[in-house]
Amino acid sequence: MKDSATPDVAGLYIHIPFCRTRCGYCNFYSVTSLFRIPAFLAALMKEMDMYSRKFSIFDTVYIGGGTPSLLHVQQLRDIFQKIEKSFVLPPNTEITIEANPADLDISFLKALQDMGVNRLNIGIQSFDRQILAFLERRHTAEQAIYAIEAARNAGFDNIGLDLIYGVPGQDMASWLDTLSVAVSFHPEHLSCYQLTLDADTSLGIRRQKGDFSLPGDDLQYDFFMKTADILKDAGYIHYEVSNFSRDMRFFSRHNQKYWNHTPYLGLGPGAHSFVKGQRWWNYRSLEKYITEIEAGKQPVQEMESLTMEQLQLEALYLGLRTKRGINISKFAGRYNCDLIAQKEKVLKRLQEEGLVAIQNGCLRPTLSGLAVADSLSLI
Amino acid sequence: MKNIRNFSVIAHIDHGKSTLADRLIQHTGIIDDRDFKDQILDNMDIERERGITIKSQAIALPYRARDGKDYILNLIDTPGHVDFSYEVSRSLSSCEGVLLLIDASQGVQAQTIANLYLAMENDLEIIPVINKIDLPSADVERVIEQIDSELGLDPSGHLKCSAKDGIGIEDILEAVVQRIPPPKGDPGAPLTALIFDAQYDPFRGTVIHCRLFDGTVKKGDSIRFMSNNAVYKVEEVGIFSLFRKKTGKLSAGEVGYIIAGVKTVSDIHNGDTITHDTKPCDVPLPGFKEVKPVVFASIYPIASDDYEDLSVAVEKYTLNDASFVYQKDSSVALGQGFRCGFLGLLHLDVVQERLEREYDLSLILSVPSVRYRFTFTDGRVLDIDNPADYPDPASIIKTEEPYIRATMMMPERGLGSVIKLCKEKRGVNSTLNYTSPGRVEFTSEIPLAEVIYDFYDRFKTITQGYGSFDYDVIDYRESALALLDILVNGEKVDALSQIVHRDGARARGIMSCERLKEEIPRQMFKIAIQGAIGREIISRTTIPPFRKDVTAKCYGGDITRKRKLLEKQKKGKKRMKMVGSVSIPQSAFLAVLKTGHN
Ligand SMILES: Nc1nc2c(ncn2[C@@H]2O[C@H](COP(=O)(O)OP(=O)(O)OP(=O)(O)O)[C@@H](O)[C@H]2O)c(=O)[nH]1
Ligand code: SF4
Ligand SMILES: [Mg+2]
Repeated sequence: MKDSATPDVAGLYIHIPFCRTRCGYCNFYSVTSLFRIPAFLAALMKEMDMYSRKFSIFDTVYIGGGTPSLLHVQQLRDIFQKIEKSFVLPPNTEITIEANPADLDISFLKALQDMGVNRLNIGIQSFDRQILAFLERRHTAEQAIYAIEAARNAGFDNIGLDLIYGVPGQDMASWLDTLSVAVSFHPEHLSCYQLTLDADTSLGIRRQKGDFSLPGDDLQYDFFMKTADILKDAGYIHYEVSNFSRDMRFFSRHNQKYWNHTPYLGLGPGAHSFVKGQRWWNYRSLEKYITEIEAGKQPVQEMESLTMEQLQLEALYLGLRTKRGINISKFAGRYNCDLIAQKEKVLKRLQEEGLVAIQNGCLRPTLSGLAVADSLSLI
Repeated sequence: MKNIRNFSVIAHIDHGKSTLADRLIQHTGIIDDRDFKDQILDNMDIERERGITIKSQAIALPYRARDGKDYILNLIDTPGHVDFSYEVSRSLSSCEGVLLLIDASQGVQAQTIANLYLAMENDLEIIPVINKIDLPSADVERVIEQIDSELGLDPSGHLKCSAKDGIGIEDILEAVVQRIPPPKGDPGAPLTALIFDAQYDPFRGTVIHCRLFDGTVKKGDSIRFMSNNAVYKVEEVGIFSLFRKKTGKLSAGEVGYIIAGVKTVSDIHNGDTITHDTKPCDVPLPGFKEVKPVVFASIYPIASDDYEDLSVAVEKYTLNDASFVYQKDSSVALGQGFRCGFLGLLHLDVVQERLEREYDLSLILSVPSVRYRFTFTDGRVLDIDNPADYPDPASIIKTEEPYIRATMMMPERGLGSVIKLCKEKRGVNSTLNYTSPGRVEFTSEIPLAEVIYDFYDRFKTITQGYGSFDYDVIDYRESALALLDILVNGEKVDALSQIVHRDGARARGIMSCERLKEEIPRQMFKIAIQGAIGREIISRTTIPPFRKDVTAKCYGGDITRKRKLLEKQKKGKKRMKMVGSVSIPQSAFLAVLKTGHN
């Protein structure tokens, strides 16, 4: 298998920290004070300047958030122009934007195409009205369906849909409904995430108060396995624990950079960057981000130099979340650790249990192994 | 020397010794009120958290008596719990008298009597003091009557106080001065000093706590330990104030400390006699009775690499806890460790906690055991406390276990339940004695193994804290024994093996399996837990695997957040012991040894 992204070319992530309303489960950084968009954009442009010498070329760009789709066409255009002025994007660069279904209409989508966006990731989450309401999403199932069709009509041939399972009140039937509606659009890419609630989200707080509970791990396991089964039958490759794609060409090249310790630059509040064993991240506060940049400083909150042991652990946990698994000899070379020699006994046991397999020099999780990928990385 | 008084405060647990010590200290004004805290002599964290005294603690108090003369009162606060009675007996060896405290609402209790006997053995002046007279439930008349009938002391010599409210404090100080005799001894005679405690100071080496019976010791002297003739040069001597206070010399009759650069911890023995190298005394002091541990368990470091640290730690620790004995041991499941003897379960608990805290270790304990006696077909007799040494059953012709006589004092209304409890614990030959109206003394002969199991907590619950318990080991009696092994995924965890009475084996096996099931976290594969006697499986349970992790979305390249979470889990896992491919947390080992009723 050829790596779909050239290994060492960096990826660019831009975080648009605005949402019209906040969803109850969300722990991503965003604010609803949309009047600050111009100030943010001005700061973002300056931040790009700060990195234009350190980074020169990106072959993936990912505009995430928050809700990038609530920006005006012109604002997005300004961002892309600035990117192209500051960096080189070779032909075939994967350019993804995240969108809320409520924001998508034909003219907006066409404008995105004109800007060179070639991958659209829509936050659908569910087609069930009650689930959408529980999650406090601001769009309807009808809007979601319209958005996907509009995207196709506008010419998008690489569409990804995000879905969430394991929502309180959601039974298997309701989830399978959502899944089959999603599949009926033949999206190139599907992300199916298990709902998790941080303690400081509004649903997280309600859960702690005992308003509801999340499904137990047996049910979560059933959701996971059933999803994997159905999507496999529908022709999808389960290439990462939560990610499915109709073809290798449609694997998210950008996300794979995160998983492979490939360099990436993250711009915007709270965004993370990684280069050669160093990771740093911006202030998770829009105002702090703006004032730092206005003061001519990089808005970096913290920087860490990863030890070999930390790199190893990351490579393990990220690698074991992927179907491809971990190339044992590459791992040994890069992270200075001979997995086979060091973990012989446990690996043998895990193979007997059918959780991992060693094939073609790779340590790969089986499907039930993927379900416990984090635990596998702690062996 | 005429102006020195050496005395201990002794009592049943919680009768107010440390609180009385507080008042005596405050009365003599050696501490500012703003630096003061309650039970100030209980300076170990573990003592403060548990609200009990574990170590005896000496302090020198300057006191101007009503006769106008200045005295030095060497007070030793002692622990009340039965497991620490060895601390008390060592303290008494450097005293001429005691304050025997009795809680005015609880009256005479088991340790009141046990400690009184210790004082009598040492020929000490005994001053009975009735404490907590401020309590509404105080019954001073009844206690006075008990002093006469249960303690056999002259009730007219009693004092009354409230340590909490500071009532009667000066009368106590006066009684100490007037009634307790000054120490005897000759400052000019050859040095004769008794080591009654010690502690390891990372900067100064060993700090020796001693009582001088004859002679004088000064900075610069060459001293010799009589048990091994090791010679050291004295670097510092002094007395115990709230901190160590250098004095330059100590003379006959005084209690204080000596620092002599002793880095070889094993040169120091509690009960040893210190003398001068050049002008030694003729014979050493008698020292202390040997400790007789009754509970045994092995300790292992969770991380096998910590074994060296553990062995340094236990050596230093024994300096400060003369009742702790140990020898090397090793386990298939847990690696190298130590087989240790303790004076009881609380002692075991305290040793584990102190080793972990004071030496920054994480330890696993095997299931506590008593010392059993085996007679073999060839006539040999062997005492065995370690389940790992359990002999081939075919070679045994007789098995015996130690019995104790348990003495329980309590209000009459708990009697029925206590009798039932003792029956359940295979108690025999009970006696009953009405000590005073409404109160009984009940004795029973019970296998010691049953008492270390979960007797004490249940007894306390039944008697709602108003019962007290004391025991003596009396003899060995024939008893049907068996070795219960615990298997985790088919592998024997030797630290969980237990020697049990045959009749209770199955119940114990089931309980052990259930407790382990509660404590071992679910893992990626099924875990089978079994209890076995020889080849026969007598109990079993399984822990189902967990099958789904929470694989949350990694937001915009934030790989760090999840890694940190995993690092934390990894650290937690390091604190578990791998047995085969199963990680067993420390709490699981503890849960099995605490098996019993909730
Ligand atoms: N009401 C009242 N309470 C007291 C008095 N003296 C002590 N206490 C309380 O009794 C409890 C035990 O006091 P300690 O001084 O710790 O008892 P102890 O005898 O040193 O206990 P151990 O060292 O564990 O044997 C504490 O809660 C004290 O506050 C008193 O005179 N009156
Ligand atoms: S889930 Fe998306 S739309 Fe909802 S608050 Fe979070 S970033 Fe905004
Ligand atoms: Mg005390």
